[in-house]
Amino acid sequence: MDINLLWIPLLPFLGFLINGMLGSRLGTRSVNAIACGLPILSFGLSYAAWSRLLSEGTELHWNGFPWIWIEGLVEIPFALHFDAIAAVMCMVITGVGSLIHLYSIGYMKGDPGYHRYFAYLNLFTAFMLILVLGDNLLLMFIGWEGVGLCSYLLIGFWYEEDANCAAGKKAFIMNRVGDFAFLLGIFLCLAHFGSLDMSTLTDSEMIKTLSAETLTVPLLGSVSVISMIVLLLFIGATGKSAQIPLYVWLPDAMAGPTPVSALIHAATMVTSGVYLCCRLMPLFEAAPAILTVIAGIGACTALLAALIALGQNDIKKVLAYSTVSQLGYMFFAIGVGAFSAAFFHVVTHAFFKALLFLGSGSVIHAMHHEQDMRKMGGLRKQLPFTHLTFLIGTLAIAGVPPLAGFFSKDEILFAGYQQGFLEGVDSAALFWGVSFVTAGMTAFYMIRCVALTFWGESRVDSSLEGKVREPGGWIGFALFMLAIASILGGFLNVPEFLGGHATLGHFTGLHHASNLPEEVVHAAEWKSMFLSLAVAGCGLLLAFYCYGKGHALRKAFTNSGPGKVLGRLSVRKFYVDEFYAAVFVRPLETISHLLFILFDRILIDGILVTGTALMTRSVGNWFRKMQTGFIPGYLLTFGCGVLLLIYMMLSLIQQGGAQ
Amino acid sequence: MFSLPTLLYLSAFLFSVGIYGVLARRNILVVLMSLELMLNAVNIALVSFGRVHALTAFSGEHGGQIFTLMVLAVAAAEASIGLSLLLVIWRRWRSIDLRQLCQLNG
Repeated sequence: MDINLLWIPLLPFLGFLINGMLGSRLGTRSVNAIACGLPILSFGLSYAAWSRLLSEGTELHWNGFPWIWIEGLVEIPFALHFDAIAAVMCMVITGVGSLIHLYSIGYMKGDPGYHRYFAYLNLFTAFMLILVLGDNLLLMFIGWEGVGLCSYLLIGFWYEEDANCAAGKKAFIMNRVGDFAFLLGIFLCLAHFGSLDMSTLTDSEMIKTLSAETLTVPLLGSVSVISMIVLLLFIGATGKSAQIPLYVWLPDAMAGPTPVSALIHAATMVTSGVYLCCRLMPLFEAAPAILTVIAGIGACTALLAALIALGQNDIKKVLAYSTVSQLGYMFFAIGVGAFSAAFFHVVTHAFFKALLFLGSGSVIHAMHHEQDMRKMGGLRKQLPFTHLTFLIGTLAIAGVPPLAGFFSKDEILFAGYQQGFLEGVDSAALFWGVSFVTAGMTAFYMIRCVALTFWGESRVDSSLEGKVREPGGWIGFALFMLAIASILGGFLNVPEFLGGHATLGHFTGLHHASNLPEEVVHAAEWKSMFLSLAVAGCGLLLAFYCYGKGHALRKAFTNSGPGKVLGRLSVRKFYVDEFYAAVFVRPLETISHLLFILFDRILIDGILVTGTALMTRSVGNWFRKMQTGFIPGYLLTFGCGVLLLIYMMLSLIQQGGAQ
Repeated sequence: MFSLPTLLYLSAFLFSVGIYGVLARRNILVVLMSLELMLNAVNIALVSFGRVHALTAFSGEHGGQIFTLMVLAVAAAEASIGLSLLLVIWRRWRSIDLRQLCQLNG
């Protein structure tokens, strides 16, 4: 059987066209069938292509057509390629995506924008698949921008509220900053590689020749071409994948419907930055200095976001900052050269974070759109199934074996440990320390979230008494499937020292064998694993004693001096939004306002428009006075004119006579 | 008989009186009469020149006289139109004072 790759992104796109154009006339059932059926079909196709890849080892390719084509100068085809990394991503996107589509049937029931919602969601799936399958950077960029657009549309889905629209705009603009750098990176690739094809960009010979070339960049001085490209692409990734300094849009993006947060802002779109790095692994590895920067930014983002997550009261905000933190982990892994671990974490994170978000959505749905955890508590009794799945997700993200997060996070921490202590790179050791502390905090804030939501005494508003019921149907089905994936996902890539084969790492070709002796590495792996288990355990226990059983410890801490300061900083998100507002937003607004007054109000409105009118009117006023309507006056003018004419004629005749 | 300059002085005098009347008087009727006066002043100039030329270079030609007849005819037509307009103005506004008839001012 021949599989045309184009159908994988085209099917959801067709869903977008049908639901987008005819959705209001179709019934709910038809909308559901189209919106969910087409991504599921797409999942089937991906699965077929994937099993072909597994059994025959053929990487499918769709040659497409020449797209931007100047013979011998710029040759960019519209081509799709299905290699191992893309295969895994396709499976995650269509698999988790289809589940979230099904979940949305339950979650969005009765919403006036029902078909619009599904149209956007399908469009997102299509663009995400183009991003993943695109065989050149430019096609990837099309997908990159497309998912950004869908993200914007879905964050502001309930556009009647200004705050949602503002959040959408914030996401779009912050992403634009990153995208600009990405675009510059693409131009630089085109200028130096002469092509944007993935195969050219990862060609080791090309990279070797280009690392000798340097560019003179303002502020940075002389930089090698490869480093500059990698830096620009990474800045692009910080926008989409919410890293310092461009992370602040992601928590605000929670204004959208919860399934959107699960699909776009946790499982798929935000990991596309990591995907970009993995796709261009040889390129990134050729720029070790930039990799150190990536590791630092990743570790710092992980820590900062985890600190903020400690103090949030909105259940979705906790999960949002947790996502930022986990993305930080992935970039830390890339920074220490563990692309395989980063990619593995992308996959497992997609499972458990989608599960957590859908679980929180189930709670929010049951609570009639209440998101504040201070008004929850004790929901375990009313929502036993949601509680169970949410707890599985929590333990998975906290790194409890043998759930998915344990394997991937352990691999990341070990990669940092290896580079920091076995290979003796000081910066890596420092960043490992940061990530290590963060691992404990992850466990802490997630248990806090569970405890505030599901455990303890009920603080639910009395008006909701008896109305909180477990949402069944598709919501339960999606939770169930994702819970299974979160439990089993880790076994995709069991490391060798635990008796596995690092299957995913080998399959995607991202796995690197270490140069160090095997016994040393294995000993370190055991040590690292026990350390991360210990820190996760400490976090879990501490949170359990602070929030689950009694509150004495928590009260003692929050009343102490440093506790008060930290608490306040955490609740106010370290004043980063305020800082950006003061440094970027407000000066920009002031300058814009000034220019508005100067150019729009004074120059264009004042001088050019009103000024012209005023001038014509005043000239008219002046000439108007000549029209007195007094006939003898006209006659006098007429007579004077005649006299003047006669005088001129006479003087002409005289001149003629003189000649 | 009168010499040519004398006749021309007479013509110029009448023309000036006519101009004065047109410019200075407020009554449309008087203005029309002054207009006739100006036309006739021109007529005097025309017949004077015609006579002089008939006696000298252009003997046998009576262009001045003929032209004067034509002016008289046109003046008659003009007067009739002017007077009928005057009547209409009087019926419309009950006034033939030029100072009151200045609705066209801007």
